Amino acid sequence: MGKNPEELLKTAEQEEYHHLVNRMKPKPPLAQNCMWAFVVGGLICVVGQIIMEYFISLGYSRQDAVSLESTSMIFLGALFTGLGIYDNLGAKAGAGSVVPITGFANAIVAPAMEFKREGYIFGVGAKMFSIAGPTLLFGFTASVLIGLAKLIMLYL
Amino acid sequence: MGAINKKGRQTFIFADPPCIISWASIVGPKEGEGPWSDDFDQILPDYLWGEASWEKTESKMLREAAKLALSKQGLQTSDIELMVAGDLLNQITSSNYAAREIAVPFLGLYGACSTMAESLLVAAAMVDGGYCERVLAATSSHHYSAERQYRAPVEQGVQRVPSSQWTATAAGAVILQKGGSGPRLSCATVGKVIDMGQTDAANMGAAMAPAAVDTIKAHFQETGRPHDYYDLVVTGDLAAVGLSVARELFVRVGLVPSPNFSDCGVLLYDGLQDVDSGGSGCGCSACMLTGPFLRKVAGGEMRNILLVSTGALMSPTTTFQKESIPAIAHAVAIENI
Repeated sequence: MGKNPEELLKTAEQEEYHHLVNRMKPKPPLAQNCMWAFVVGGLICVVGQIIMEYFISLGYSRQDAVSLESTSMIFLGALFTGLGIYDNLGAKAGAGSVVPITGFANAIVAPAMEFKREGYIFGVGAKMFSIAGPTLLFGFTASVLIGLAKLIMLYL
Repeated sequence: MGAINKKGRQTFIFADPPCIISWASIVGPKEGEGPWSDDFDQILPDYLWGEASWEKTESKMLREAAKLALSKQGLQTSDIELMVAGDLLNQITSSNYAAREIAVPFLGLYGACSTMAESLLVAAAMVDGGYCERVLAATSSHHYSAERQYRAPVEQGVQRVPSSQWTATAAGAVILQKGGSGPRLSCATVGKVIDMGQTDAANMGAAMAPAAVDTIKAHFQETGRPHDYYDLVVTGDLAAVGLSVARELFVRVGLVPSPNFSDCGVLLYDGLQDVDSGGSGCGCSACMLTGPFLRKVAGGEMRNILLVSTGALMSPTTTFQKESIPAIAHAVAIENI
C-alpha cells in the first residue's frame, strides 16, 4: 500500500485518540439494563399470555386465540405509544420493549404521529414505515426463502 | 503584507472592540428547571408555545429573542442594519423564517452548534470593519425538531447511551454596536475543521473535543495572552464526556486554561435531569452566554470570558454513509474594557 508518511501519522493519531475516547467513555449500566429488559419484556409476554388464555376460555381454538392475542397486543402497543407512555418504557427497557410485537407497533405509530404535520400522504404515508419498513422487507424475504426451501424439500 | 487586524493565522483582533449593548435568552421548560432559571429572560411553558409544529416554535424563539434584546434598549427591528443567524435544521429554516419577519439585511450561517460564537465573530467583524453600526447575532435550537431530524421520532421507545447528549431548547440573541456601554468583544479565533476519525453520532463530545482544544490553543498562542487571562474559558457543548477528553488533550498539548475551564453542556442542566452526558445544540452555548455569562461580565462578577462554541458538522446522511464526524470550534473573547 502506497501510504505516505503523513497519512500514516494521521491514522496513528486517530487510533490513539480512539483509545483515549474509549477509556473516557462511560460504560452503559449493563446489568441494570438487562434486568429492566428482562422484567419489562417478561411482563409484556405475561400480558400476552393472559389475553391468549382469556380468548381460549371464550371457546376460540388455540390458533385463533394466538391471532387475536397478537392483534390485541399490537393495539395495546399503539395505544400506549399514542398516550406517550411507550417511549418512556423503551428508554428504560431497551430491547425488552423493542423485541415484543408491541415494539413493532410502537415503531410504526411513533413516526406516523410525528410526521402528521407534513400531511397524510408525504408525512404519515411516506414515513410510517421508515423504521418498520426494513423489518417488513427482510421478514417477507426470509419467509419467501423458507417457503421455497420447504417446497423444494417436499419434492425431493 | 499580512492583514492588519489579524494575529497569526486565525485570530482577529478588533481595533475598536464592538460593544454588546443588549442580549436576550428564551429557553424551554427543561432548561428552565435547571440551575440558571433566574438568569433566563423567558422560560417557555411548553414545547410548542402556541405554534403548530416544533420547527415553527424554534423559529419563533429566535425571532422573539431578537425582539426582546432590541426592546431592552428601546430599539426597533429597523434600528439594526444586519442580522447574522443560523441553526441546526436543514437549510437553516429557523433563522430564514425568523429573518423573514425581522426584515433586515440577513446573512445565514451554518456552523452547527458553534453558531453562537460564529455569528458573534462575523457580527463583530462587520461592526469593527465599519460596514455596520449595529448588528444582531442570534441562534436557536429545539430539542424535538433536532430529534426528528437527526435521530428517532419522539414517541419511539429507544434507549439512550450514557455518552449521548440532550439538544437544548433555547435561543439567544446579542446586539453588537460600535461604541456604547457594556461588555466588549475584543478578539476572536476562527476554528479549523478537525476530524479525528470519530464515527459515533451518540458521542459528539468526543468528536468535537479536538477541535475545541485546537482553537483554544491557537487563541492563546496567537494572542500571546497568558493561560490564566480569562476568568472563565467555556466550551459550547462538549458535555461531560467531551470535557474530560478535552482536559486530557490539554495536558498533552501543554496548556491548561485556568482558573476556570468548563462547558455549557455540563453547566446548563443539573445532574438529575436525565440528559446523560449533558446538553448540546446551538441554543446550549447561546442561552448560557445570554443568560448567566453576559450578566456576570456586565455586572463585574467576571472580568472576561472566552466562549468557544463547538459544532459537529455531520448530517444523518453522512452518518449512514459511515463517514467520520468533522468538528469545528470558534472562540470569542468578551471582556470589560
